Amino acid sequence: MSKIKFTVDGKACIGTPGQTIMEAALANGVYIPALCRYEGLKPAGSCRICTVRVGGRPMAACTQPVSEGMAVENMSQELEDMRKALVEMLFVEGNHMCPTCEKSGNCELQALAYRYQMLVPRFPYQFPARSVEPTGGRLLFEYNRCIQCLRCVRSVKTKDGKAVFGPLGRSEKKKIGMDKELASKLSDKDAREAMDRCPVGALLKKEVGFVIPIGKRKFDKTPIGSDVGKTAS
Amino acid sequence: MGRKITIEPITRIEGHGKVTVQLDDDGRVVQSRFHVVEFRGFERFVQGHPYWEAPVLVERLCGICPVSHHLAAAKAVDIIAGVGPEGLTPTAEKMRRLMHYGQMFQSHALHFFHLASPDLLFGADADPAIRNVIGVALMHKDLAVQGVLMRKFGQEIILATAGKKIHGTGAIPGGINKNLSPEERDSFLRGPDPLNADKMIAWAQAAVDFFKDFHKKNTGLIDGFAAFPSNHLSLVRKDGALDFYHGALRAVDADGKRILDDVDYRDYLDHIGEEVRSWSYMKFPYLRALGKADGWYRVGPLARLNTCDFIPTPLAQKEFETYRAYTKGKPNNMSLHTHWARLIELLHSGEVIKQLLLDPDLQGSDLVRKGRKAREGVGLVEAPRGTLFHHYRINADDQITMANLIVSTTHNNEPMNRAVSWVAKNVLDRKTEITEGMLNRVEIAIRAYDPCLSCATHALGRMPLEVALVDARGNLISRKER
Repeated sequence: MSKIKFTVDGKACIGTPGQTIMEAALANGVYIPALCRYEGLKPAGSCRICTVRVGGRPMAACTQPVSEGMAVENMSQELEDMRKALVEMLFVEGNHMCPTCEKSGNCELQALAYRYQMLVPRFPYQFPARSVEPTGGRLLFEYNRCIQCLRCVRSVKTKDGKAVFGPLGRSEKKKIGMDKELASKLSDKDAREAMDRCPVGALLKKEVGFVIPIGKRKFDKTPIGSDVGKTAS
Repeated sequence: MGRKITIEPITRIEGHGKVTVQLDDDGRVVQSRFHVVEFRGFERFVQGHPYWEAPVLVERLCGICPVSHHLAAAKAVDIIAGVGPEGLTPTAEKMRRLMHYGQMFQSHALHFFHLASPDLLFGADADPAIRNVIGVALMHKDLAVQGVLMRKFGQEIILATAGKKIHGTGAIPGGINKNLSPEERDSFLRGPDPLNADKMIAWAQAAVDFFKDFHKKNTGLIDGFAAFPSNHLSLVRKDGALDFYHGALRAVDADGKRILDDVDYRDYLDHIGEEVRSWSYMKFPYLRALGKADGWYRVGPLARLNTCDFIPTPLAQKEFETYRAYTKGKPNNMSLHTHWARLIELLHSGEVIKQLLLDPDLQGSDLVRKGRKAREGVGLVEAPRGTLFHHYRINADDQITMANLIVSTTHNNEPMNRAVSWVAKNVLDRKTEITEGMLNRVEIAIRAYDPCLSCATHALGRMPLEVALVDARGNLISRKER
């Protein structure tokens, strides 16, 4: 298989045809911040946190294929500022009460906020009127925390391949809808996996909560992205 | 012309309170009231949330004793998770107890040393510039250092059991999410000096001795200030022992006659009613057996040592016997004796912490149990300031549909009003000028019950206090601020 030579912030990298910039960068031990991306799922390009610049043009690293000679700009001050702004906007757009959230410490949005040292709100809080809705099965959907990353839409499926969740509406009225009949068929394991895949605390498996003590949660000891380069060859 | 004295605000923590004193034409006190003018709404906004979030959500009611709310809610959701009050694994129950007694230890140390001791050491009329914890540190260094480090020890216990010193996550439905590692245990038992259990017990004993000595020299003040008869309510262990974490409800009247005994707290609604009065957002609980007029009661250290038969640790029991002998075995109705009772509980908490640390169950790995789910749960603990009720109902989807919380401050609403009335009648009556010392006496009365209403004073050394003299038509006569 032919190799693709490209650079990320000047670092020489090797990719393979068909890889996205994100996949190729990770394979080379380079971290590109991301939120809606999930290993093994088709990219959605919905959160735009992974925006990089190639030839001066912004593009989503999770969807853009890598090509020969690409000079990818990743950790520039400008891009990091923009990513911080995206994270801040996601926070004010929903109702994110980290201290009482089950996902706190394991939440990727929160971990990014720590990465970007989001100390004060720069944008006005929207305080949308949202609620917790049962899915009819083993899950609760906490809409206050949903960032519409579409991970659940892409991954939570019944045994015969039917999607349980799907986007409804447009623009600011958009929300993730659910088929309660299909959701009620999800097994305990399916529900656990769905909750684990959700980057925030929007999907909650019933009857359990806060089982991992503070100090042992995913991001308590290591910041988001710190595993990249350690596991990659 | 009659006039009204308003003290507002008297606090910052847990909202705003104020005191109003109505005087007649001759300057005699006609009426005095302690109002809580803030509405918090936890009972409403917890609705819709999944029940397992309750222990971490409602603990945000308070920054001083969040562990109490955490554990009362956890005990309620235990029942919802199908695990009865006695159904926890030994490791889970003992970890929760360690968390709770750690909290009692830190909160009682905070209350006495940081908040109350400045009044005792310097007197109610002392300059507020020195009548605070910094003043205590300057004049009585050893006492202040011990107070600060005792609080720290309790906070470290909470950190080791709940994951955070304030607003942790340790207790979960049906159990606990961690055990105590041998390293954590050893750090509390053997050092670092002075932060170990033996030193804490020794300092707690010294604090009790300090109070007894102060009492001997100031008997009139300690015995007479805001003393009035009342009923008393608390949890007691099945055998009548003092217990902060679990037991049955017991209430006694001012003479020690039992009004309630061995009552399962899950039936609290059958025994306790809540009256609403138009001038305060805080309800007035009462014992149904005695009715609204006579059924009010005190909770907290004073009440607990009036309801229990004994204290199940040796040093605290010895002090309890001395304390009880002072009132000839009858209930103690002297408000400032609450501090004495509090320090005996501090000593008891230190002893229990050591007992628990020596128990190998804390290193067990069986942390959570689960049973047949219920739709309703009631949890009760003895918080530092008194009995704390949490009651939840859920729907078929695990979402909370009803929450009812009766907190210590609410139980003590009428007693605090009575204490304020006592000060009004004995200190403010027929006075044309209001002095700083007079205002402070009002707060000393409240402070005996609830440090949340005095924290702003001594913790920061400056109280946001405004007193206005207003005539019968509401016209401002004079204003005093500090």
